[in-house]
Amino acid sequence: MSIHDWFKRKKLQKEAEYTRERLDIPGNLWIKCYKCNQTIYNKDLEANLKVCPKCGYHFKLGSAERVRQVSDNGSFKEIDQHLTSKDFLNFTDTKSYAGRIKDSILKTGLNDAIITGTAKIGTYDVALGIMDFSFMGGSMGSVVGEKFTRLVELAVEKKIPVIVFSTSGGARMQESIMSLMQMAKTSAALGRLRENGLPYISVMTDPTSGGVSASFAMLGDINIAEPAALVAFAGPRVIEQTIRQKLPPGFQRSEYLLEHGMLDIVCERQKLKDTLTKILRFFKD
Amino acid sequence: MPKPEKTKYSRPILEFEKPLLELYEKREKLAQIQETGKMEMTEEIKQLDKRIEVTRQQIFSGLTPTQIVQVARFIARPNTLDYIGMIFEDFIELHGDRNFADDPALVCGIANLNGRSVVVMGHNKGHSTKENLARNFGMANPEGYRKALRVMRLAERYDKPIISFVDTPGAYPGLGAEERGQAEAIAKNLREMAELTVPFVSIITGEGGSGGALGIAMGNRVLMMEFSIYSVISPSGCASILFRDAARADEAAVAMKITAKDLLELGVIDDIIKEPQGGAHNDPELSAKNIKSAILKQLEPLLPLSHRELIADRYNKFRKMGIFNE
Repeated sequence: MSIHDWFKRKKLQKEAEYTRERLDIPGNLWIKCYKCNQTIYNKDLEANLKVCPKCGYHFKLGSAERVRQVSDNGSFKEIDQHLTSKDFLNFTDTKSYAGRIKDSILKTGLNDAIITGTAKIGTYDVALGIMDFSFMGGSMGSVVGEKFTRLVELAVEKKIPVIVFSTSGGARMQESIMSLMQMAKTSAALGRLRENGLPYISVMTDPTSGGVSASFAMLGDINIAEPAALVAFAGPRVIEQTIRQKLPPGFQRSEYLLEHGMLDIVCERQKLKDTLTKILRFFKD
Repeated sequence: MPKPEKTKYSRPILEFEKPLLELYEKREKLAQIQETGKMEMTEEIKQLDKRIEVTRQQIFSGLTPTQIVQVARFIARPNTLDYIGMIFEDFIELHGDRNFADDPALVCGIANLNGRSVVVMGHNKGHSTKENLARNFGMANPEGYRKALRVMRLAERYDKPIISFVDTPGAYPGLGAEERGQAEAIAKNLREMAELTVPFVSIITGEGGSGGALGIAMGNRVLMMEFSIYSVISPSGCASILFRDAARADEAAVAMKITAKDLLELGVIDDIIKEPQGGAHNDPELSAKNIKSAILKQLEPLLPLSHRELIADRYNKFRKMGIFNE
């Protein structure tokens, strides 16, 4: 074995780890924390809501896991599950959009990057939306926009608050201008919710950026983020290219946004359900 | 974008307009001779003009999306302040977001359109590098969007229609912009624009760059100039992310469907404003005239609507956007 092979193997390992982090699929019974390198027994990690017991690193959550963590047992009733994306521009980059949609559905078992429905949180009825980063980077296309909007419209009809967990790389470029229009559509729906005097709580999780942060994610009556989540309009790489200098540490992380007045609360996952319940109680009473 | 070439001909010219250059130069020469009075050239000039027209017609009737991008971004293309000066009377610019700063990349003000008080706003690019630096190439910071919202609210309080001109590569992706909440500023504008109780017409005059464009473009009617573009990301940005090669921007420009014709077909815009032959920069006056009559035409049916009807009209317009399998 030459030294080159050794480097190659290192690289492959790193890549595998990276993909694993992105997909949030723990490889084994034991998992290494991406931040502090602590080896954690997978079951312990799950019991700790996928937060590293040693350093507090918040692993990414899939939408199903999130539902289990925040809603009252078995209370979530999904709506609009059948909506799927359409390759209406016949868009092909390195792969066709139609193919990407199909692969993502197979890989994730989800129909698109958000699941929506009604649920109970601490016995309070809510309209709940949860984005999923594993489906095409949580990008917002027509389906995400439509499901979000229908969720808000349902909340208006049922007179219940809306809670949405965001995680997204931004607009779904394969839908071009239509993905941009989803920003307008979802924000307009939130305007209507507000006119009807119903609260909207936005929870931003790592990462929330681009078209999603510049529309519904930032529009909460109460804006919450998980610790150290990247919340941005333009990604750090784009900004570095624009201003040609290194960015300060912690830039665009939730704590930074809290400091600059963009968030109400940075909330650890363990306290999230409790915090949401208290907020819902405030609005209800 | 390719830089306009420096030539003997006094006006800047686009790369694909080169076949016209010789004719332009010749015409200028003839005009000079005519001016000195040495020779009568009227007939020759007339003939040459005809030739120019035919050639230009040929070139501009078959522009590729990439060439349209070049026209849309052309430095000589009339900018928002040019148009405001030609379309409205008594324009007074209003400055500042009352919180942090004034943003010269996005201009706002009050004006008069055919005897009616209106509020106008738009991104403003420069015609020179110096001007562009001062105006940040039409890329607004959060304070620009907050100023726009403040002025929209003013329009609403006094029941005045709003006209917005859109011409920006995008909202500015800078450190300060993030710090001061670029995402929040745009998001808030989107929500508030949906709730405006006054008639609102938006025109994409040049470059409609993503969220930065949409941030002032949620009109009851949205129009595009013939050679403008409107997209979620620039063709080169799309190419470098999706095609993993920024050099494939031409392909991306085609695939993304960003021209006025495409967007009309997709139902994203309501109408296309015809440009003078050879693009808006060839005849800014005529271009402004076309915009003005388009605004008046679109505004008329909106004026009698009640506050509630205007909100519903706008909500329904954007509610319909999206193509998916049900």
